[in-house]
Amino acid sequence: MSEALVSVEDLSISYASEAGDVQALRHANLEARKGEVIGIVGESGCGKSTLASAFINLVAPNAKVTSGAIRFQGKDILKLLESQKRQIRGRHIAMIFQDPMMAFNPVLPLGEQLIDFQEHRHDVPRSEKRARATAMLERVGIPDPAYNLGRFVHELSGGMRQRVAIAAALLMTPEILVADEPTTALDVTMEAQIIHLLRELRSDHDGAIIVITHHLGLIGELCDRVYVMYAGEVVEEGRTEDIYHNPRHPYTKALIDCDPAHLDEPVAFLPTIPGRLPDLVALPSGCSFADRCPIVQERCRTTSPRMIETGPQHRARCHEALR
Amino acid sequence: MLNYAIKRIALALLIIIVVMLAMYAMVFLLPGDPATLALGPRATPALKQELQIRMGLDQPVYVQIWNFFRNAVTGDLGYDVWSKRPVAEMILEVFPKTLFLGVVAIGGALVFGVALGCLAVVWRNTWIDRLLAILSVSMISIPSFVIAIYLLLIFAVWLGWLPAIGAGEAGDPWSQLRAVILPAFAIGITWVGYIARLVRAAMLEVMSANHIRTARAFGLPEHKVITRYALRLAIIPTISILAVGFGSILSSAVFVETVFSRPGIGTLITAAVQKRNFPVVMGTVLFMTAFYLLVVTSADLLMARLDPRVRDVFRG
Repeated sequence: MSEALVSVEDLSISYASEAGDVQALRHANLEARKGEVIGIVGESGCGKSTLASAFINLVAPNAKVTSGAIRFQGKDILKLLESQKRQIRGRHIAMIFQDPMMAFNPVLPLGEQLIDFQEHRHDVPRSEKRARATAMLERVGIPDPAYNLGRFVHELSGGMRQRVAIAAALLMTPEILVADEPTTALDVTMEAQIIHLLRELRSDHDGAIIVITHHLGLIGELCDRVYVMYAGEVVEEGRTEDIYHNPRHPYTKALIDCDPAHLDEPVAFLPTIPGRLPDLVALPSGCSFADRCPIVQERCRTTSPRMIETGPQHRARCHEALR
Repeated sequence: MLNYAIKRIALALLIIIVVMLAMYAMVFLLPGDPATLALGPRATPALKQELQIRMGLDQPVYVQIWNFFRNAVTGDLGYDVWSKRPVAEMILEVFPKTLFLGVVAIGGALVFGVALGCLAVVWRNTWIDRLLAILSVSMISIPSFVIAIYLLLIFAVWLGWLPAIGAGEAGDPWSQLRAVILPAFAIGITWVGYIARLVRAAMLEVMSANHIRTARAFGLPEHKVITRYALRLAIIPTISILAVGFGSILSSAVFVETVFSRPGIGTLITAAVQKRNFPVVMGTVLFMTAFYLLVVTSADLLMARLDPRVRDVFRG
């Protein structure tokens, strides 16, 4: 197994708010290796967006890193100077944003933006940057790329926008590609096409890809390994097939049961996980999933579980993981 | 876009007609008849009558209004009661000086206002931001005539750096430029404050947008994010304010030209009002209204050009 390209070590991030500090991310550990596609999955509010913004070093102004590090090329990128952070953004770690309608500047033609994004290639003339952008649009399946470079983001369809967003990230030839909900803004047909495109790109890309989503199907299609997040913690990690076929954490089990793709017959109501996320300002003392857990025990309410090794490359944060 | 342009222009024409009617009403609603007012209490009836005929006051009101409209459309704004010179010629003679004053004032206000607004955004929520806020609000609230008189005292009388009166030597751009600095400063400074506040607010809104995050995430330097990605959007609301500002600066020109004894539309209109020289008053007001509407309408159309989303709304 190759060495980790990027690793998140014991990372905690909290947001200052009126009510107190919102602990959006708590002691998260994860890593992505060269040539690997990892998935980070969880429902809204589980900390996956916070993690995404930490990868590109653009946490919100009211966010505070309370512990841990993100190691990349031997350095903690969270502790770099602003100018050094900028060197890494885009060039080494690039992001495919969700909702590309909002992610591109509305009054600059897309081509201008794709050329600007290649800012760090000082020695490359503008005409060549344009040529690269054209070639990349072609690569991601945009028809008549030269013409579309001159258009504005609102003039493109949702699927086209997402392709341009992917092209923008690929133009950077980054070591690490972070895809934040890459298919959420799309309808089902488009989604299938974008998944297909991402799978194709997988083989071209020799770095690591990190897919952040709430959509289990996307993970199954793309990822080698999965991290399941709940209430700011990684609750289970493992190879995709292990997570799907042998989930050890009750939250992962519930999440898989809720995926409509797993239903065998028509139902009147889609399954949901009863209960709500715990208050991230005042977390319960035991397991954060205890209130919603179908197999909750006495000790779950008092002691936080540790990550327990449940198999090769498979760990879960549950007292009952080995049951 | 064409439909939009036609609508805007039609509205502008309607406003001009209303202003002309209001101007005419003023002449007749004022106590006393214009000829008597103009000539003073010791004028003989014969003299009065002669002036009334010269001013066209002997004809029925609707005929007078019709004549005024008809002549105005052909560029004939009537004749000065005293010098008998065409009003249009008098206006065109001094208008460039007022326009120069206005352009320098609003141009300076734009440059300094945008710069201060951007500084406030770069240093947002620090003491620099707060200092700039106090400064901007002071600029907005201090009346321009106070500033004008202090500027005169400090820079013209005490330090003697800049001329106190006049518009500079004809054909000497350097002396004209020196002469315009103080009056332009006096009327432009309010707008520095306005524009700085507006740019700050608009920029902060734009800066929190997702596409700014994208630009940063792709490693663009902050100065480029601000000037190319944020300012381009934030400047759009500023342009419409700028047009309004230009109108208000032209009306401030009336007093600032008087304070600095600058020839211009302001001094022309002040003198005409004092002498009850109604054709000049009406011609000047009409001209300035038309000019102002031209500026505002072009600003609206320019805004539609700058924002491709607006452009498409009008195209579709």
